[in-house]
Amino acid sequence: MPKQEPITVTVKLFAFFRENRFKAKELSFPAGTTVRDIILDQAIDPAEVGVTMINSRHCDLEKKPESGDQVAIFPVIGGG
Amino acid sequence: MADKIYRVDMSSLNASIEPVPESWMGLGGRGLTSTIVAEEVEPTCHPLGKKNKLVIAPGLLSGTVAANSGRLSIGAKSPLTGTIKEANAGGTAAQMLARLGCKALIIEGMPEGDAWYTLYMDKYGITIAEEKELVGKGNYSVVATIEGRTSAKHGLITIGPAGEMKMLAANISIKDPDSHLRSNGRGGLGAVMGSKRIKCIVISPTNDKVEIACPEKFKEANRTFTKALVDNPISQALGTYGTDVLVNIINEAGALPTRNFTAGQFDGHEEISGETMHDLIVERDGKPKHNCHKGCVIQCSQIFNDEKKQYKTSGFEYESIWAMGADCCVDNLDCIAEADHLMDDIGIDTIETSVAMGVAMEGGLLEFGDGEGICRILREEVAKGTPLGRIIGCGAASVGRAFGVTRVPVVKNQAIPAYDPRAVKGIGITYATSTQGADHTMGYTIATNILGVGGSVDPLSHEGQVELSRNLQIATAAIDSTGMCLFIAFAALDDENCLPALIDMINARFGINLTADDVTNLGINILKTERAFNEAAGFTSKHDRLPEFFYEEPLPPHNVVWDIPDEELDSFWNF
Repeated sequence: MPKQEPITVTVKLFAFFRENRFKAKELSFPAGTTVRDIILDQAIDPAEVGVTMINSRHCDLEKKPESGDQVAIFPVIGGG
Repeated sequence: MADKIYRVDMSSLNASIEPVPESWMGLGGRGLTSTIVAEEVEPTCHPLGKKNKLVIAPGLLSGTVAANSGRLSIGAKSPLTGTIKEANAGGTAAQMLARLGCKALIIEGMPEGDAWYTLYMDKYGITIAEEKELVGKGNYSVVATIEGRTSAKHGLITIGPAGEMKMLAANISIKDPDSHLRSNGRGGLGAVMGSKRIKCIVISPTNDKVEIACPEKFKEANRTFTKALVDNPISQALGTYGTDVLVNIINEAGALPTRNFTAGQFDGHEEISGETMHDLIVERDGKPKHNCHKGCVIQCSQIFNDEKKQYKTSGFEYESIWAMGADCCVDNLDCIAEADHLMDDIGIDTIETSVAMGVAMEGGLLEFGDGEGICRILREEVAKGTPLGRIIGCGAASVGRAFGVTRVPVVKNQAIPAYDPRAVKGIGITYATSTQGADHTMGYTIATNILGVGGSVDPLSHEGQVELSRNLQIATAAIDSTGMCLFIAFAALDDENCLPALIDMINARFGINLTADDVTNLGINILKTERAFNEAAGFTSKHDRLPEFFYEEPLPPHNVVWDIPDEELDSFWNF
């Protein structure tokens, strides 16, 4: 089996997830990394996550982003 | 004290108090304003003529200690849309009216001559007094003058110069507990109040309380209800970032209407986001949290100070910030706050007026991004009622006609707010089918399309959008009748204790036994009553459509058009 290359994605955080973290950062992960893995890597409790998107489309936590993707992670928020 | 109807006939300058008719007993808020307008206003009448009526009603739970129950509904035939209209706002008036025993205030007729009037309300009735001092004055000056005449504790419902000039985007302002303003924003209700030549309505405080049929049950239900609101994570985020927390997520979803609805993402989104606003507020000693009425446990309002740490505005909402920000390409929160401050003083809807500015920018009046230009036009044209100011003050459709612009984002003449329907199909159904023109609050599908509240429906798919919008429009009509802030819906959609507790409170207040089905039926009846009024006014399903450009111009980044077939839109009313 060929060795899979690691992926580099732009991780974007919002609202209080930014506290002591960042707004947006390019990060590398092993191949096969899920959105949930990225959330855990940032020491965010997945239960606090409201919405995740890859390239502006909603996705579930098991989705595996590809290199170059934008991964946006929002807490539970609302307004209107 | 038994509830009663206050009625003011501005033709004869007489005020009277009437018993509440049996058929209005179980109604409040929007349910009551829409029922009264449908019963008493000729649907084909001129909205600024003597046959229209302005109906003001607190909700079923207003005046009680129920959390978040301080919304005031105002209804009439709208001069902007020509449809029936209800707009609601916080502030202290709803609770004060309810404590006076005022189930509804109906203002009808119009006086001859050019005098202006102020209405003074207390539990004995209404005094109609000629008003000279406040004519032409902005809302901040009205608040200060009336507080000088009476007290800071008096309630106040007022119009600014826009309402006096009967501009179609004029709103009605309600004083909040800190003497700032909240707005019954949409549909030009301020122009209807202006047509009756009423500058403001002053409400006396009272020690009387709203009668509760079963006080213990009420208390218990309110405890459960309040807990559901306080525990909800969305309530907590609203208290920190305000509704402006939406800028970044709607931008990320590609649905933030930008440059007069030509793109779905705005380069300056961070500069106008809730996160940035929060940091600025803290840095300038403002308050991220502020309640627009007593008993609000969400506190989505805020005190936004300027660079010199002086008060600039409050109730600084996502939709206003989006409209002046992304839609006009202004990426400076201070500039937007200044415009918000000016519009509150002029008494004009921030959504309608700012979308009108976006259309005017496309028409060549200003460059996109010229925030200073917006403020100048507000000060020098709109506030003064110059011909240009009146064109802008009559809304986006008015500007489109005057400037020959065809990309005009309106439904039934009312500006489309902050969520592009091409990229969020559910909200497009709401804009198209709402009984009151484009209005996100009529059926806020953003909750489920974008925020993952109440389940999840893909914003770009056709699937399930009509049903989603219908269910939310029905539920919203019911909530709008209770006096509750619509933001209780976030808890109601996801916390199973919330809605039963709300119904228990209504039952305990009146000693009745409503079920969840009764509440749904209330919502259905309100929508059908409103729809019947509109049909009698000449509206058909052909008016339930989005503007042509949404069907033809793909919206980046998803490059999607509005593609919900007409038959699917029309199926909304199959209930």
